Amino acid sequence: MLDFFNKFLRPAQPSGATAKERLRLVLLSDHLSLAPDVVEALKADLLGVISRYVEIDRAHADVTFEQRAGELAMLASVPITGVRRVPYEAAPPPPPAPASPDPVRPPAPRAPAAVVSERVPASEPQALELPMASEPTAAVKASNAARRRRRRRKANAAAKRNAQQQGAVQQMNTTAQA
Amino acid sequence: MSGRRIVITSGKGGVGKTTTTVNVGAALAKRGKRVVLVDADIGLRNLDLVLGVEKRIVFDIVEVIEGRCQLRQALIRDKRFESLHMLPAAQTREKESISEEQMKAVIVELAESADFVLIDCPAGIEHGFRSAVAGATEAIVVTTPEVSAIRDADRVVGKLNAERIPLRVIVNRVRPEMVKSGEMMSVEDVCEILSAELLGIVPDDEEVIDTTNRGEPIVLDESKRLATIYDKIARRLGGDVVAFTNLEAPGLIGRLKTLWKAG
Amino acid sequence: MMEAFEEASQASVPVRPLGRAIVVTSGKGGVGKTTTTANVGTALAARGARVVLVDADVGLRNLDIVLGLESRVKFHLLDVLEEKATLDEALVRDKRSETLFLLAAAQTREKEDVDTAAMVALVETLRARFDYVLIDCPAGIEMGFKNAVAGAQHAIVVCTPEVSSVRDADRVVGLLPTDWRPELIVNRLRPQLVKKGKMLSVDDVNAILRLPLLGVIADEPNVIVATNRGEPLALDATSVTGAAYRTIAAKIAGEKLPAPDVRPPSTGIIGKLGSLFGKRG
Repeated sequence: MLDFFNKFLRPAQPSGATAKERLRLVLLSDHLSLAPDVVEALKADLLGVISRYVEIDRAHADVTFEQRAGELAMLASVPITGVRRVPYEAAPPPPPAPASPDPVRPPAPRAPAAVVSERVPASEPQALELPMASEPTAAVKASNAARRRRRRRKANAAAKRNAQQQGAVQQMNTTAQA
Repeated sequence: MSGRRIVITSGKGGVGKTTTTVNVGAALAKRGKRVVLVDADIGLRNLDLVLGVEKRIVFDIVEVIEGRCQLRQALIRDKRFESLHMLPAAQTREKESISEEQMKAVIVELAESADFVLIDCPAGIEHGFRSAVAGATEAIVVTTPEVSAIRDADRVVGKLNAERIPLRVIVNRVRPEMVKSGEMMSVEDVCEILSAELLGIVPDDEEVIDTTNRGEPIVLDESKRLATIYDKIARRLGGDVVAFTNLEAPGLIGRLKTLWKAG
Repeated sequence: MMEAFEEASQASVPVRPLGRAIVVTSGKGGVGKTTTTANVGTALAARGARVVLVDADVGLRNLDIVLGLESRVKFHLLDVLEEKATLDEALVRDKRSETLFLLAAAQTREKEDVDTAAMVALVETLRARFDYVLIDCPAGIEMGFKNAVAGAQHAIVVCTPEVSSVRDADRVVGLLPTDWRPELIVNRLRPQLVKKGKMLSVDDVNAILRLPLLGVIADEPNVIVATNRGEPLALDATSVTGAAYRTIAAKIAGEKLPAPDVRPPSTGIIGKLGSLFGKRG
């Protein structure tokens, strides 16, 4: 009898469930912005994979995270400049890091990708959109588990990037000598 | 063999760190363990008030570190529990007056002659948090089933994970009737979000306000519901496997109702 | 983003007297600073005042959650201080009120990252555009506290009727500039417990703190529900707590009002009905 009345008097979702849902989202975004350099590493890896299949304009590529109704989405805006006939085996070395990397912030409004090859028969803006959290609970668990992995990887990634930058410097030095 | 060094932390203030420290410490002491409680909240000390020893403070942790007294001179022995001691924080100093290394040295020294050193961490994640954590090898994260407390706890769990400090969670101030009606997150929800192991569930109980007013740990009175709960936490901390109290077990009225229905 | 920019621009008026910057502080954490800031701000805005709420709890922000605006925060306080975003980009307009804005704290930075002088300048800028700048202070008395207090001219001290909260509030009052006259909000009062003598009364608390009493808020489980949902109670016409926040806002706005009623509500169905229908704000 009481339940009957409760159903009428209470809003559809009890606030405890609302709280859990809100926390899930906010923590996902807290964790993502926890380590901007991790997002930077993710971006580098992602562009590496994409560039195995298509030619891209790395300088104008951007990866951001956005909260939309009910889920957190990863948005990758990658200007495509051409299609590779044969996929590369390995990703080409990433370009030097942008002047002020702040990947957590959304991109400044920019004109659509300037260089679009005529080989790509698409009039739509060339952007890839990868939804991140289709299943909520799993996403949180994954994110929590990933957090620990990320921390470990963070150190490795930083070391790797240093090595790469040093590599690039060495390359430049070699070119200068030549 | 040196004792265990456990920091009690939360991120958010006012979720019950000090009450937890005092009661878990007292419950351990009651079981014959040698326990030292350390108030790491320099400038806003309260462990002395909750334990009811505020009038007996002579020296504090900063004076120990600055070499103005011996460590054992600053320790206050509890009059109710033989093996319970307390090292007070300084009230009129800044948290920055203790470095992480200095704090660690004191904690390690205390652990040499104790089974448990429980460090009551200040709120926040500033300098005071870092030095409180510096001396610990384990952590208890206290949280309540509220959005902001969990968000802050998550931040602290992240920081402890980064330091590779193992942790367990105490969910404090649970109101079973609100959980049941869906207006409060359940303990399972909290643990899932924090992806952390559970150490204890403590119901919201107004007795805590009363006993704090009087400076008496609630575990002194064995007839109190929370005394049993803190004792269970102490046993789990010691490594025992103890079943969690079912807060939703029907009370007298509930049982009468069931009887009525059955009849 | 562009939407927030336009709305924020509309909120600015070139020439006006400077608004009041009020820091909401307590020393002890978890006594209700953020809930107070959100509700008093909401109630002030509901009176038509232009209000900005500044979350000064860098690293442990929660004001966005209590207001239910967490999904709209794109930039934060440190972005503005470090000129990575403009103030207009960082101000988030409330869902429910045209004149209420939030400036969120950075979640992944440290309190030590905030430059005190820049913080003071920012509050000054905000005062030029808003009638009230409410600053939600972090717990403790470390760097975060100092930065939160730096730009303000006035303080509201939130305290619960518990020994440790009163002690910390006393400590904080001692750290505020000596020429301030901080006002007190006693939060989470349980009149029934006071009656039984198990909780300090408002008089007990203020016998120690000796501050002008701005308001008394009863302990109500609805506050947890409101936070779960991200909907401040100040807008709830049926809530006694909401009414109490509206009274506080009226006092801040300068209305002369009688001292808050701190008697325990009479028990029994008649008493309950009486307090439901009685005018409390």
